[in-house]
Amino acid sequence: MEYIIIIVAAIFVNNIVLNQFLGVCPFLGVSKKISTAVGMTGAVTFVMVIATIVTYLIQQYILNPFGLQFLQTIFFILVIASLVQLVEIILKKVSPSLYQALGVFLPLITTNCAILGVAILTYQKEFNLMQGVVFAIANAIGFGLALVLFAGLREHLDLMNVPKGLKGTPIALIVAGILAMAFMGFSGLV
Amino acid sequence: MAKRESTFLNMTLTLFVVTFVAATVLGFVHDLTKADIALAKQQAQQKAIESVLPAFDTLGDSYKMLPEDSSDSLEFFPAYDASQQLVGVAVKTYTKNGFSGLISIMAGFSPEGTITGFEVLEHKETPGLGSKMNAWFKDESKPSQNIIGKSPATSKFEVKKDGGDVDAITASTITSRAFLEAVVRAYKTYQNAQEQPAISNHATNEGGQS
Amino acid sequence: MNQLQNFTKGFIKENPVFVLLLGMCPTLGVTSSAINGLGMGLATTFVLVMANLVVSTIKNVIPAKVRIPSFIVIIAAFVTVVELTMQAYLPSLFESLGLFIPLIVVNCVVLGRAEAFASKNTIVSSVIDGLGMGLGFSFALTLLGAAREFLGSGKVFDMIIFPEDYGMLLFVLAPGAFIVLGYLIALINRLNKA
Repeated sequence: MEYIIIIVAAIFVNNIVLNQFLGVCPFLGVSKKISTAVGMTGAVTFVMVIATIVTYLIQQYILNPFGLQFLQTIFFILVIASLVQLVEIILKKVSPSLYQALGVFLPLITTNCAILGVAILTYQKEFNLMQGVVFAIANAIGFGLALVLFAGLREHLDLMNVPKGLKGTPIALIVAGILAMAFMGFSGLV
Repeated sequence: MAKRESTFLNMTLTLFVVTFVAATVLGFVHDLTKADIALAKQQAQQKAIESVLPAFDTLGDSYKMLPEDSSDSLEFFPAYDASQQLVGVAVKTYTKNGFSGLISIMAGFSPEGTITGFEVLEHKETPGLGSKMNAWFKDESKPSQNIIGKSPATSKFEVKKDGGDVDAITASTITSRAFLEAVVRAYKTYQNAQEQPAISNHATNEGGQS
Repeated sequence: MNQLQNFTKGFIKENPVFVLLLGMCPTLGVTSSAINGLGMGLATTFVLVMANLVVSTIKNVIPAKVRIPSFIVIIAAFVTVVELTMQAYLPSLFESLGLFIPLIVVNCVVLGRAEAFASKNTIVSSVIDGLGMGLGFSFALTLLGAAREFLGSGKVFDMIIFPEDYGMLLFVLAPGAFIVLGYLIALINRLNKA
């Protein structure tokens, strides 16, 4: 079943963070606690799916018919920026505590390369709308998976005896590398 | 920082003007580079054709044919020498079953259907593993992986694991399988093309081919 | 700070990648070889300088509440210019950098400098800041690219140093990017402390 392949590939084989290198900034920045990681994943999922739908429609009905493909970058990023503003407004009303917890990382979702990346990849892979939505959801799950796993690891790292020179970001990156290595074990699955 | 008030009108106006100016400038740059982008693509294609076929003088009109097993057509580039003899045909073929998706290959066939050369045009295979396919299947020192000079008619173009005659790239069976699939697709479609009289009339073919 | 300090801070003290930890995605994504790292670094530098230039020129005309979206559009325009130019004149680099070229628009270094510096400083300072940060970014990417290319395939800028068979493939792949960057940051931190 085609959708299963898209899903498994996006979550495990071509994990958006650990394999495609998209969404690394929030991956390093928000993964210090599992609860914030989960909150961030929710926000990213929402923006990613809607962004993919809207950018797909813009590409199909505005950019392609008028030969304006070169305006793809501008249009796509404007859509994403507006969506993030929307999410901020909604979150402030619906869940002020999560809004506070995410803090400055919320507007940073705009610059989350994962979202723009997934929108562009949907176009490059020539998915139709349904496939695009499935792809977006799967990638968001993959993002969340990487984030939560990493947050768990980092919570442990804080209690470990790390050599002084490697404390903080260096050891986090090295551990991320090992996590990426683990995910490489999924290659060949699909 | 900003000396203008953030009224709704100011905000919408600013955003609109900025986007409009940006889009216009881009339209201009796009027009400027359109021709050169097309030229770069043309040159890359020409280079690929030249590298997979023996020396030729002119390229005939290219034509497209649908392979039996897929919905995207392959493009054929027949090449002739100074006396209008068919030197070979370069076929732009593809497979979607690469490890990371699409692999696009330019394969060169002699009029008899043996492979004269190939160039991998596009791929996203793993660096250091699948990405070695461009060199691997041409390695003259290793006859069990070299496909140049062979033909799917006389040897089995599948990886040894699947019962074929070709050695797959170490640790890259999927890429190897996909690569061979693309080559075989080109060969089969080329055979179908040759059977159509309209197409074999593109050149006087003394080599004799049905 | 004077303009010289403005220019050189991007190299070590406030290196966008190693110290400010910005622009991680392209840093990890395109540094499988030195030339790719350099190409991406220079493309980003162009966008940084031009965006800083435009932003600091029109900073007084943009209402505060739309400044981020406006900056984004300006940056996106220059990124598209880079995309089109590369496609026309440097097609092989364009193919290697792939998806990461349009992603320059969400490179936190670019938006970050526009917001933090160009919107508050003179045109000249902003251009120099863009240049310094961009070159510092390029330096980081080229260094990482060279390290990964060397360890993974025995080459640097395609010049063979030792045969590829002795390379450790891991460094050219995803995990290697994270690991080498981790060590490089540790190294630069050490240098900064000294």
